[in-house]
Amino acid sequence: MVERAGILLRIAFRNLFRSRINLLIGAVILGGTLLVVVGGALLGSVISSMSRSIIGSVAGHIQVYSAASKEEFAIWPMGGNDPDLSPMVDWEKNQRLLEAVPNVKAVIPMGINAALITSGNTVDLTLAELRSVVREEKAHGSTPELEAQRASLKEHVRQIVRVLQSDMGRVEEINTSDALDPEARAAIGRASSDEFWAGFDRDPYGALEFLENRLAPLLSDADLVPLRYVGTDLDAFQKHFDRMEIVDGQPVPPGHRGFMMSKFVYEDRLKLRTARRLDKIKDALDLKGSIARDETLQRYVRENRTQTREILLQLDPLKTERAIALLQRTLGSSEKDLDKLLNAFFDTDDANFYQRYEVFYRDLAPLLQLYRLKVGDVLTITAFTRSGYVQSLNLKVWGTFQFRGLEKSALSGNINLMDIVSFRELYGYLSADRKAEIEAIKKEGGVQEIDRSRAEEELFGQPNRRVVAEATPGIIDEKERFKGAGAALRREELVRRVYDPTEIGRGVVLDAAVILQDPRHLQKTLADIRALSDREHLGLRVVSWREAAGLLGQFILLATVVLLLAVGIIFIVAMVIINNSVMMATLQRTPEVGTMRAIGAPRAFILWMVLVETVTLGLIFGGLGAALGAGAIALLHWWGIPAGNETLYFFFSGPRLFPTLSPWNIVVALVVVVVVTVLSTLYPAFLATRVPPVRAMQADE
Amino acid sequence: MNEPIVSIVDVVKEYQLGSTVVPALRGVSLDVHKGEFISIAGPSGSGKTTLLNLIGCVDVATRGTVRVVGRDTAALSERELTRLRLETIGFIFQSFNLVGVLSVFQNVEFPLLLQGKLRGHERRARVMTLLEQVGLADHARHRPNELSGGQRQRVAVARALVGSPHIVLADEPTANLDSETGERIVDLMKEMNLRDGTTFIFSTHDAKVMAHADAVVKLADGKIVGRDSAGAALAASGSGGH
Repeated sequence: MVERAGILLRIAFRNLFRSRINLLIGAVILGGTLLVVVGGALLGSVISSMSRSIIGSVAGHIQVYSAASKEEFAIWPMGGNDPDLSPMVDWEKNQRLLEAVPNVKAVIPMGINAALITSGNTVDLTLAELRSVVREEKAHGSTPELEAQRASLKEHVRQIVRVLQSDMGRVEEINTSDALDPEARAAIGRASSDEFWAGFDRDPYGALEFLENRLAPLLSDADLVPLRYVGTDLDAFQKHFDRMEIVDGQPVPPGHRGFMMSKFVYEDRLKLRTARRLDKIKDALDLKGSIARDETLQRYVRENRTQTREILLQLDPLKTERAIALLQRTLGSSEKDLDKLLNAFFDTDDANFYQRYEVFYRDLAPLLQLYRLKVGDVLTITAFTRSGYVQSLNLKVWGTFQFRGLEKSALSGNINLMDIVSFRELYGYLSADRKAEIEAIKKEGGVQEIDRSRAEEELFGQPNRRVVAEATPGIIDEKERFKGAGAALRREELVRRVYDPTEIGRGVVLDAAVILQDPRHLQKTLADIRALSDREHLGLRVVSWREAAGLLGQFILLATVVLLLAVGIIFIVAMVIINNSVMMATLQRTPEVGTMRAIGAPRAFILWMVLVETVTLGLIFGGLGAALGAGAIALLHWWGIPAGNETLYFFFSGPRLFPTLSPWNIVVALVVVVVVTVLSTLYPAFLATRVPPVRAMQADE
Repeated sequence: MNEPIVSIVDVVKEYQLGSTVVPALRGVSLDVHKGEFISIAGPSGSGKTTLLNLIGCVDVATRGTVRVVGRDTAALSERELTRLRLETIGFIFQSFNLVGVLSVFQNVEFPLLLQGKLRGHERRARVMTLLEQVGLADHARHRPNELSGGQRQRVAVARALVGSPHIVLADEPTANLDSETGERIVDLMKEMNLRDGTTFIFSTHDAKVMAHADAVVKLADGKIVGRDSAGAALAASGSGGH
């Protein structure tokens, strides 16, 4: 037996390089294995780096949520809408029990919700500033500084009116003149007249009211920015999610309410759009892009040239002068109109872009507010509660952060963070201090519970009408607005209020991330937690990060399927080629096979001979291909593959992919090679056994 | 006389060539006894190779009986026929048919490996004995393509004899060799025949080669037209071969 195997191997090895066909088969196997090893390692690395990003960002290794939920939990839901989850029952108990499960390192309570913020309106902000200066002067008397400030702000407003006027002029050129609202035209006319501004100081409140009510609505440049946020135990979150890093500002201090904004959202939604577009062009050019070749970049340039209003509105006359001087110098132009200068300045191409970019950030940006919101500002967040009514909350933005590896992706970069106490309020569940506050307000206002069936009578019925609405027209006195116990709480401001850390455990938690000590035992811990939930009747649904990731989890699945498909296609092609080639090789060898059969070799011997030969060929060339593939991966690991665009950045979970080879890549490739060669050789080998021994006699005839 | 080692009775062999049936042998009967050294002679297409194929169990007769070492080949399965060839028949081919990727030694060893009867050292000894007998002991490690035609055919003779067969069949063993070399191969075959008593049946149309045979069976148009002693055959075919 051993001796027969010996002669088979001897024949196989000796035959390896005898035929060109074998070299062809070898080349196909080598190429196929190389592709499988390299492709497998690349995709494997993409999958594992994405997995690490997902686990280390928000998902954790395991997510638990209430089994009573109507929808399945997903951090990045497929449809885009956050799933409808029921809160978990008795979170404190859940947390205590979950933390006692072996291999569980931490359990972090969470909730995901979406809200809207307004990004701030230049004219409103300027008018508000002007109003506060006027009020300050009225209250404490004027100082030279206040006077100068008032003058500057007035000029800024006049500048805004001028921008508006020129906008109107452009609209009229396109439309027929009567398309414009006569009231708007009258308002602009009045606001731009010298008489109006001469009379401003006589009745500043009256003038401000006119400007706020008649002019500002014509100029709304504020955006409603949608925000998704995770409400969580921020301390635990920052401690256990290693992918999170603070970019600007600081983490929310323990026990404080606050908001951490995603750097991506901050850049993408709250930055001056012109600056954002310049950044995007620069990113593309840095990655060897070209304005001349890229239509998207050309569109950015066009938008920068035409959409100058955001800049024009921000500049008061003094800054306008400086901007004009700067641009005249840069462009070597004598043009006096800032709009036209900006238009020329932003007319960038591949040659001048970097120079203009530098000038913009060095010289022009200091005159502008680059972000509509600064770290440290208070943000008004408006969310829809579960029951559908609107809830607003003021929260301080302590800083911006990013999830390392996912920072450039619009999909994953859209998650912001908030303390869970504020989250509960926005979600429609009251925190302890809010409950107290509402009780206090109720008591102070003498609010009484009214039976619904008697509501109409109570409101309108005579004579014992208890609820009376008295509208008080006129200016609201902000100082008088809040009084009494509720007002005291109000004035103290939620922003500065500290909550009791134990409150994190009490109250609503929608889902929780479970971080493991050893992620390799994920499946076992999943089972342990499920068993725990059943035993203790916790009513939890327990899913792995892959399911919890939703859309991103699907991406990983997709990548795996693509890999398998590619491997499948490569080897189906290889099988066809090998099958044909072995068929030809066998035909060439009919006399030899015939001779062996005549001498007395049984059919099984012939079958084995052909099989051993191709498997040897497969293993040698497959091994060679795997070695080459391993070498290629080692080189790529050394260099790192640069992410050429944002999509790749997302898949690479960073600016470069450093692929690694797992031993499994090689094992799988070689096993596949053996299976493929055996499968594709079976039929030719079978045919070879059918060569009649009489063929030996016909040799050379 | 004892029982013949090969017994052929009224054998007909027909080949199907498209829709026509081509007869190769039309009723042949022949007995060959142990130790005989027989030549089968006849022009091309007379049925020499077909007759050898039937005796060699690589083909079966359309009608009639072929008995080799007492066994009716028509009654044997493919597997049994293979075993019969391996154990009892040695082949020498016109174009040598050595396995190109194996050395001289390995080519000769091949049937022994298939038989699986001898152990390693016994096998090596047997192979070397045969190589010495054919005068190629020095060439054991060579590849067939490093040898001359005559040397290759001597390797083939060694391979045919190594498994101690009862019968050695040789189909035109000298056709691809010059006449001097060819004669030496036939001499070698004769030597082996005399030494071990192995039966040799070979086809040829070379009169000089025929002259070495104990008997010459003459074939024409698929029929045996005569069985002569070597001298008579030589006289009948005139002064020589082609």
